[in-house]
Amino acid sequence: METIENLKNEVKENSGVKTSGSLAVIDALLSEKVATIFGYPGGAIMPIYDALYDYQNNLNHILVRHEQGAIHAAQGYARVSGKTGVVFATSGPGATNLVTGLADAMIDSTPLVCITGQVFAHLLGTDAFQETDIINITTPITKWNYQITDATEIPEILAKAFFIAKTGRPGPVLIDITKNAQLQIFDYKGYRPCIHVRSYRAEPIIRNEYIEKAASLINQAKKPFVIFGQGVLLGNAEKELIEFIEKGGFPTAWTILGMSAIPTDHPLGVGMLGMHGNYAPNFLTNECDVLIAIGMRFDDRVTGRLDKYAKQAKIIHLDIDPSEIDKNVPVTVPVWGNCKQTIPLLTALIEEKKHPEWFNEFEIRKDKEFNTLINKELYPSEGELTMGEVLQVLNELTNGDAVIVTDVGQHQMVACRYAKQNNSRSNITSGGLGTMGYALPAAIGAKFGAPEKQVVAIMGDGGAQMNIQEFGTIMQYNPNVKILILNNRFLGMVRQWQELFHEKRYSFTDIQSPDFVQVAKGYGIDGKQISKREELRSSLKQMLDHSSSFVLEVAVAQEDNVFPMVPQGKGVAEIVLTKEEI
Amino acid sequence: MKQEFTLTIYTENQVGLINKIAILFSRRKISLESLNTSPSEIENIYRFTIVVKETEVVVKNLVRQLEKIVDVFKVFYNTNEEIIWQQIALYKLATDVIMKEVKVERLLREYEANAVVIRNDYTVFEVTGQDNEINNLLKELDQYGLIEFVKSSRIAIIKSSDGIHQQVLDMEKNDPTKLPINNEFLNLKSMIFEM
Repeated sequence: METIENLKNEVKENSGVKTSGSLAVIDALLSEKVATIFGYPGGAIMPIYDALYDYQNNLNHILVRHEQGAIHAAQGYARVSGKTGVVFATSGPGATNLVTGLADAMIDSTPLVCITGQVFAHLLGTDAFQETDIINITTPITKWNYQITDATEIPEILAKAFFIAKTGRPGPVLIDITKNAQLQIFDYKGYRPCIHVRSYRAEPIIRNEYIEKAASLINQAKKPFVIFGQGVLLGNAEKELIEFIEKGGFPTAWTILGMSAIPTDHPLGVGMLGMHGNYAPNFLTNECDVLIAIGMRFDDRVTGRLDKYAKQAKIIHLDIDPSEIDKNVPVTVPVWGNCKQTIPLLTALIEEKKHPEWFNEFEIRKDKEFNTLINKELYPSEGELTMGEVLQVLNELTNGDAVIVTDVGQHQMVACRYAKQNNSRSNITSGGLGTMGYALPAAIGAKFGAPEKQVVAIMGDGGAQMNIQEFGTIMQYNPNVKILILNNRFLGMVRQWQELFHEKRYSFTDIQSPDFVQVAKGYGIDGKQISKREELRSSLKQMLDHSSSFVLEVAVAQEDNVFPMVPQGKGVAEIVLTKEEI
Repeated sequence: MKQEFTLTIYTENQVGLINKIAILFSRRKISLESLNTSPSEIENIYRFTIVVKETEVVVKNLVRQLEKIVDVFKVFYNTNEEIIWQQIALYKLATDVIMKEVKVERLLREYEANAVVIRNDYTVFEVTGQDNEINNLLKELDQYGLIEFVKSSRIAIIKSSDGIHQQVLDMEKNDPTKLPINNEFLNLKSMIFEM
């Protein structure tokens, strides 16, 4: 049997050693210190799975129930741990099942290396069994992709894949390996990590003149406002950000993907931006005089109508990706570079300040939001259960130390509005793509990425059914994932829009669900259904304290709406707190 | 305001790269007026020349996104005034028409057309020039029973460019800290920073 140990020794002694392409793949993964792989075998990737058989103790392979589950799990793993997620899938349908996850990882900048099997090179282009042109299919949704048809390319290309996925603005990389290359015996000269690709510049050069100009704008500002996104998390710049905002005394808001980079109850934190974000940060975006955007990309859900977005403000944009500068919002000063480096440079140049009057503007609007709707949402005393109060009780029980993985829709907005989070990388959600069915597999991956943490997957009754097969993965590997299904018997977010903008014509949003607890039971997962307020706390506690995975299905109000809301086509200052205002 | 921009894209020589470039245009529904691929002055580095009619804002965005493609070195965009550019066109005419019509002969002289092939039945002329010249001649010859016409894509040299020798050398250096101070998009005309 070929082994990696022999390989390594022989590579050391000789200039090369005869080995198979598949073993070179395994050696690459071990050299990159990959610990966990999410995958699903099939014909065209069998040689790699055969090589993996001997390394099950070194590489923890999680057999999922669908390739989409594999890639979302790898995303959850990467988001929570900061490591690169690794996925195996076979050719044809195996590869195409990765497409949604690739698009999701691309738009949310998640580092992944996906290895797909491909038919023999001599069959390429002949419509062979399970052949699909996955390279061309995935070109717009990968940071880089490459097809290997000769085993000699494997070490170099995989090294390049890991380098590109993780450096600069991270993203998914797909490497397609034909079966002949996996089987091919070649002269292996060992694995060398890639540190440079000549046509690729991971990070732009930091320019001091821009830092200085930015600092002078900030120092003159009367109403500075910091908004940050996932770039802070991706750059591991949480500490740098906190030092920056504390020195300058800036009110600070986050995007949905930036959430948890600073504790949600940080005294300078003023909440979440976006269509269903908090009232004050949205409204006051159009009042500030200097807007400092850090590692965020001015998504349309954040900006609302662009010609009414922060027109009065000078805008400073810190980003690692030059193509984000001026893409949506024209900036006054671009600060290119990794925010891990650029933020401290700025911090050094800014004056220590506090802005009590300006901060008070936020407080006034925070109170308005609390009195108009948050109070009712979180502490109702009668009527059906609300999503908000479930989150509130959950916060009290986890004390903000859990990793919250959300799906897409109303529950996602509610969770991201109300979840208390103390630690960085605690908020895992599909932001850019809005992929329903994301939460369950992503939570499984997150648990493997952070086994010491309590991981709670929150989903609606719609999304819960979209990757429900991953209950099988939980059954087999028993990651201790808590599954909280907020069931409103509707595709709630779409229903909300139908109510508000389509005269309550509820076109195909009245989705029926199975008995989720019974389904979970079939997979050997314990669970419970509740609908009464008095059961809520004890049931959530039971779920969290349970020694293994647990499904808690909570029947919540059927026709609740998520507010505040920046209606589509409106500016951020036109944010409304109630539906009567629309 | 939409106007003609010529994009010069330096890339690695990789199979499928043309697709990676083309989809960035098709995604924004921008049609390519002209596309040419060619080797560059440096071995193994290719040069795409693409012409689009768009606003500068859109082109600038596009250029930055093109530069994000891993195998793309550098992208320049220029207006027609900033480049030297040429196209080549071939016109096939019946030989007896050329013999008979004095006007045709005059036209061909005027446009500095060269005969590439002369046969009993037809003659092929070649003209090198810019779009409007080629199109004007096309219109003129159309009256005389033009048999076939084809025009090449645009190739262009940037007047102010020193090529990318130095940049490639710099990018090849393994030490990432020694990258050149150049994360701008090489356009001399506009500083993107304005206070």
